Amino acid sequence: MKKERDVVMAVPEPILRMTGIGKQFPGVKALDGVDFRLLPGEVHALMGENGAGKSTLIKVLTGVHPVDTGTIDLDGVPVAFTGPLEAQRAGISTVYQEVNLCTNLSVAENIFIGREPRKRGRIDWKRMRARAAELLARLDLDLDVSAPLEAYSLAVRQMVAIARAVDIEARVLILDEPTSSLDAGEVAQLFKVMRTLKGEGIAILFVSHFLDQIYEIADRMTILRNGRRVGEYLVSELSQVELVGKMIGQELKELERLHGEAKRFDAPLVEARELGRPGAIEPFTLTIHEGEVVGLAGLLGSGRTEVARLLFGADHAGGGEIAVGGTPAALRTPRAAMGHGIAFCSEDRKADGLVPDLTVRENIILALQATRGWTRPVPREQQDALVGKYIKALKISPPHPEHLVRNLSGGNQQKVLLARWLILEPRLLILDEPTRGIDVGAKAEIQRLVVELSDGGMAVLFISAELEEVLRLSHKVGVLRDRRLVAQLPNDEELTTEVLMETIASGGRP
Amino acid sequence: MSALASRQRYLPALVTGCLFAAMFVAGGIRYEGFASGQVILNVFVDNAFLLVVAVGMTFVILTGGIDLSVGSVVALSTMIAATLMSGPGWPPYVVIPLVLLIGSGLGLVMGYIIHAFDIQPFIVTLAGMFLARGLCYTIGTESVPIEDATFTAFAQTRIDLFAEMWISPSVIIAAVVVAVAAYVLHYTRLGRAVYATGGSEQSALLMGLPVGRTKIAVYTISGFCSALGGVLLSFYMLSGYGLHAVGMELDAIAAVVIGGTLLTGGSGLLLGTVLGVLVLGLIQTIISFEGTLSSWWTKIFIGLLLFVFIVLQRLFSSRSSR
Repeated sequence: MKKERDVVMAVPEPILRMTGIGKQFPGVKALDGVDFRLLPGEVHALMGENGAGKSTLIKVLTGVHPVDTGTIDLDGVPVAFTGPLEAQRAGISTVYQEVNLCTNLSVAENIFIGREPRKRGRIDWKRMRARAAELLARLDLDLDVSAPLEAYSLAVRQMVAIARAVDIEARVLILDEPTSSLDAGEVAQLFKVMRTLKGEGIAILFVSHFLDQIYEIADRMTILRNGRRVGEYLVSELSQVELVGKMIGQELKELERLHGEAKRFDAPLVEARELGRPGAIEPFTLTIHEGEVVGLAGLLGSGRTEVARLLFGADHAGGGEIAVGGTPAALRTPRAAMGHGIAFCSEDRKADGLVPDLTVRENIILALQATRGWTRPVPREQQDALVGKYIKALKISPPHPEHLVRNLSGGNQQKVLLARWLILEPRLLILDEPTRGIDVGAKAEIQRLVVELSDGGMAVLFISAELEEVLRLSHKVGVLRDRRLVAQLPNDEELTTEVLMETIASGGRP
Repeated sequence: MSALASRQRYLPALVTGCLFAAMFVAGGIRYEGFASGQVILNVFVDNAFLLVVAVGMTFVILTGGIDLSVGSVVALSTMIAATLMSGPGWPPYVVIPLVLLIGSGLGLVMGYIIHAFDIQPFIVTLAGMFLARGLCYTIGTESVPIEDATFTAFAQTRIDLFAEMWISPSVIIAAVVVAVAAYVLHYTRLGRAVYATGGSEQSALLMGLPVGRTKIAVYTISGFCSALGGVLLSFYMLSGYGLHAVGMELDAIAAVVIGGTLLTGGSGLLLGTVLGVLVLGLIQTIISFEGTLSSWWTKIFIGLLLFVFIVLQRLFSSRSSR
């Protein structure tokens, strides 16, 4: 008996084995002979740039797309799911970045809906709540299970989604970018839950763009590049630099601080004085000079986006004033702000920015057309020239102006959005989380672009949750906390991520 | 947390309840003979059919849909019932089930079209509204009186309660409908799927709920309730007529919204709908007590109330999303 267990420990049979998976989409070979295996009780990271085939592999696994070639075995039995539901029934549950739950229902209902415990035909609310509380306690969560889900943060909703998945007796749990919108504390909580589940023998497939998180939680990783498997590695045996090299297929030059020596700024472009909005952001004073990159750092919900929205006129200011180029300006609407040369690339590229059913060209030309008014269409030749120029400059891939934006990967969508604003040649470009959820390569390109733009004299307000990135790009860093701009720090040698974190934590007080 | 959460859930219905109480007290102070139990019971007697229709509408609106056909289906039901009883002389116990079947069938077809072809409920039920109203006139353009002895006897029955108060059998039928509907919404999987679908159809699908079946079910329920409302209206009017219940779909929607159900779906209580119907009924009662005001003032008050409630809903939902 004991001996047998030892053997099992030494060579764990994979729960899931995908062999030679191929998937062809019109014009793209998304997956090409990919092998993948998942062992019980491990956290397995799936790594790769955007467009490397991670999402396709997950979609093929959960039956969203049928496979063209190859086989999927679950517990040694070949399976072919027709959809996520069937996969779920077989024990493969997926929790997406956008949590698919009904926020109007209670926590308990979200866990059990469709499978509610019943007593003589009627839903047994008491038992449902008790079981939900029990289940959440197992994940170390203390929630009021009868409260509607909308009362809780995104992080908690994600845990509830996981609780639901676990209760459906999941043996394979797929977490697709679960941490993109979580703050550090919430990530820690999620990881605690993941470790608990791992201990129970559940195999977890984890996708994340945060390398540090991979190294913290994952045991093993499979790297994909251009639809092919690069290899499977133990996390402990592959350094971060090697990993990035394998992901992008070349050695990444260390991205050091991109700016050369300190520039001097003496031409203030946008000056906000005591600008504020009750309930959103306390009055702040901020000056952005021509050619300056001002970074905004702070936790999610600390008021970063609110600052941007005020400067862009997307929200009405409750008080204070703005001057653009030395003269007072009333930025009451985004149109007025655009008239003053301010452009805003929003955080939520899906909801606020891109029109997925229009082509790359149409999306890029949208803002330019809007400033001209709809009665004076931009001539087609000019459109093609401009769009071609920016597709090349930003390396948008596929480099085809008539592709629908919905078919582009996240990083390329972000570039399309950027191109839209760059075409207007703004004097101040506001970038709200431009690199969120996009891969290392695209990230580096966008960062390089920001530097080029500022060298060309454009002012940039750069908002990002990644402190390293803010630090690398900015000439000056504004720190926000609890909807207040608590400090503005010049980016010199003494400013490090530790200093920034301390400032965020202490609220700028010594 | 729990107290706050459940308070939020009941708050809209509570507001409507307070409004009803305030109107009743104000009426009692202003008019002699207003502050009696019978006045409230009369609101039920006069609006039993609207209550039943509004119950069906609540299901539909909870899924985030809308049913514009209800008024026409009510009229069609009165017309079919009256014609079959007066013409070939069919007995009520055949006619009434038949009418209910036709109404449910119409709802089922509309629900199926909405689901299968993924068309906006507004358009499909608008088509259903024209269709049913048109069918009334193909049956007859005149008002058809109902003279069936059993039917009229039942319609004119008064059920005496204590202290010389009375209700009609329609009120009991409406109460049963409300009770059954509340049970279904709260204690069955269908009911919870209705809320989930209204909350987020996409999520409900991914959670494995039978969204399509749920949508078809709510329009069938609404069709059934409209037909039953039509039967109750023919008890009340003792006639079938193509011009009955013109605009009743809007009254039903108004009652549901005033009762605190969100038009976007996913949130609301059946109790709220009952209170919404009571508020509408009480407005009519107050205006009839006033005597000098024309009955069109009812519409004006309903309009104002709707504005207030929709703005309130907006404020609530924007605050909770913060």
